[in-house]
Amino acid sequence: MLTMSSIRQNSIPESVPDFRNLGVTARALVAVNLLALLAALLTEPDWSNTLSAFVMKAALIEPALLASLTLLYAAAPWMLRLGYWSGCALIVAVALACAAATQRVLGEFAPAGLVRTLVLAAATTAVVLAYLRLHTKAHSPALAEARLQALQARIRPHFLFNSLNAVLALIRSDPRRAERTLEDLAELFRALMSDGRNLVRLADEIALVERYAAIEQLRLGERLRMSWDLDQAPVDAMLPALVLQPLLENAIYHGVEPGTGIGDVLVRIERREDRVLVLIENPWCAPASGARAGNHMALDNIRERLMLFFDDEARLESSVERARYRVRIDIPYRTRA
Amino acid sequence: MSNELRVYIADDEAPARSRLKELLSDICGDLASTVVGEAASGLEVIEHLPGSAAQVLLLDIQMPGMGGIELARHLSQLENAPAVIFVTAHDRHAVEAFELNALDYLMKPVRAERLAAALKKALASGPAPRERLERAAEGAREFFSVAERNRIVLVPVNEVLFLKAELKYVTLRTRAGEHLIEEPLVSIEREFAERFVRVHRNCLVARAAIRGFERIAGGNEEEPHWEVVLEGVVERLPVSRRQWPAVKSVLPESPG
Repeated sequence: MLTMSSIRQNSIPESVPDFRNLGVTARALVAVNLLALLAALLTEPDWSNTLSAFVMKAALIEPALLASLTLLYAAAPWMLRLGYWSGCALIVAVALACAAATQRVLGEFAPAGLVRTLVLAAATTAVVLAYLRLHTKAHSPALAEARLQALQARIRPHFLFNSLNAVLALIRSDPRRAERTLEDLAELFRALMSDGRNLVRLADEIALVERYAAIEQLRLGERLRMSWDLDQAPVDAMLPALVLQPLLENAIYHGVEPGTGIGDVLVRIERREDRVLVLIENPWCAPASGARAGNHMALDNIRERLMLFFDDEARLESSVERARYRVRIDIPYRTRA
Repeated sequence: MSNELRVYIADDEAPARSRLKELLSDICGDLASTVVGEAASGLEVIEHLPGSAAQVLLLDIQMPGMGGIELARHLSQLENAPAVIFVTAHDRHAVEAFELNALDYLMKPVRAERLAAALKKALASGPAPRERLERAAEGAREFFSVAERNRIVLVPVNEVLFLKAELKYVTLRTRAGEHLIEEPLVSIEREFAERFVRVHRNCLVARAAIRGFERIAGGNEEEPHWEVVLEGVVERLPVSRRQWPAVKSVLPESPG
C-alpha cells in the first residue's frame, strides 16, 4: 500500500504555479505585502512610524511586484511546459529584472543600492515560491487524490438497476437498441471507474452526457424532453471528468422522475471570452418527502472538485426561478493544463 | 381460463412494465396469469384498480405523484384488496432501511423464478397487514382515503382544516365538505404532528388554518373557555383547558 501511494505521488509532474490563476496571484500579492509589513515592524521601533514606513516600502515594492505578476501572467501558458526548477529560475529572473528596472527608474529615490535590492527581491521571490509550493502540496497530490476518489461522483444504484431492467425489456423486442444501450452503459461505467484526477476535453464529457441521456430517454420515454444548446460549446476546453453527468443525473432524478407530466431539461454550454459557462435547467419539484434528499451533497462534491482544479476561479451556483431549477457553472477556458 | 391469476402492473417506466409482462408469460406453465390492468402513476392505480378485480398488484415503489407504500395503504381499505408485491430498483441496503423486508418485494431486474415464488406467496398470505405498511412508510401520507364500496376517494391532507372524532369514525372537514374515515385520532396525530395540533380530546386542527382565538365568557352551566377561529369556515372549535397552553403557542401573537 505504502509503496503504491508513493509511486503515485511521484508520478504527478510538478509544475510552477499558474499565474493566470487569480488565487495564485492574490496569494503572491498578499505574501509580498505581508513581508513588507514585517520589515517595517522590524526597522521601526516606534508604532506610530510603522505604518508610514510600510507605505514607503510598499510604494517602492509595488511597481516591481505588479510588473512581475503581469509578465508572469503573460508567460504562464509557456512556463507551465517547463519543469518546476527551471520555471522557478525563470520566475526569479523576471522578479530580478523588474526590481532592477524599478531601481533604474527611481534613481536617487531608491533607498538601497542595486545589489541590495536584487538580493531582497530574490529572497522575497523565494519565500513566495516556497509558500505557493506548500499551498499546492497541501491540496495535492496525495491529499487531493484521496479526496477526489472519495468525492468522485457515483451513479445511483437506482439508475443502474432501472437501466439494466430497461435493457432486459428490449432484448426480445428491439435487440439492436438493447445492444446500443449496453454499449452506452459500458462507456458510462468506464468513465466512472477512470482516474478522477485527470482533466478531460469538453467534447468527451459532452459525448458521455449524451450517452447517459440516451439511457434515461429509454427508461422515461416521453416524460423526458431533452434540449441541447451546444453550438457555442468550446469542445477543446478542459475540465475535470464527470462534472456534467452528475448534474444531469440530478436534474432528471429530482426534476423529471417525481413529476407525472413531461419534464423539460435544458443543457447549454457556451464560451464567453475566456470563460466556459454551463447551464443545466430542470422543472422544480418541491421536495415533498425526504425520499429524494441528497442533491446538495452532489453539488458540494462537484463544487469542491472544481475548486481543486481551478482554485478560486470556478463558480457553481444553483437557483430556483419561475418553477425552474438552474445550476450554473462558470470555469476558466483552458485548452491544455 | 378462470383459474388464471389476475395481475395488475404499476410502474412509471414503460420498459419495466413490458419486462414484467414478458416474465409473466414466461412462467405461465408454472403459474397461469392474466394482466388485468396497467398504470404509470399512483393516481391511475387508485382510479382503475378497484374495478379490475385484480388479485395481485405488482407495484413499483418509486412512482411520481404518490409513492408505492402510501398507495398500498390506501388500497388496503378496499373490501377485496389485492395482495401487493413491491418492485424496487433499490439495493438490498435500502430495502432493509425502509423496512420493506417485512413486506413482499422483488428487486429490479426481476428474475422469472423469483416472480413466480413471490406471486404464490402473496396469493397465499393475502394483503399485507396495515401496521407493516405503516412501519415501511417514509414520512406522512399526502392523502387521506375513504373507501366507498368499490372505489377510493382521496382527500389531500393539506386541504383538511380539522378532524373530529365521533364514536367509531373521524370526520375530516375541508372547505368543500366532510368525509368519514375509520382511523384512530391518536395515530393521525402521531403521523401528522407537524401539521395538526390537538385542541380538544376529540379534535385536531390544521395549524395553518388557525386564524385566531376568541374568549367565550362562561354563562349558565358553561365554563369560560377559548375557541379556535378558522380560515374559510364558520365553525368554531372549543379548546379544552388542558390543551390551551400548547394551542396558544401556535400563533406568534397569541393572547396571554
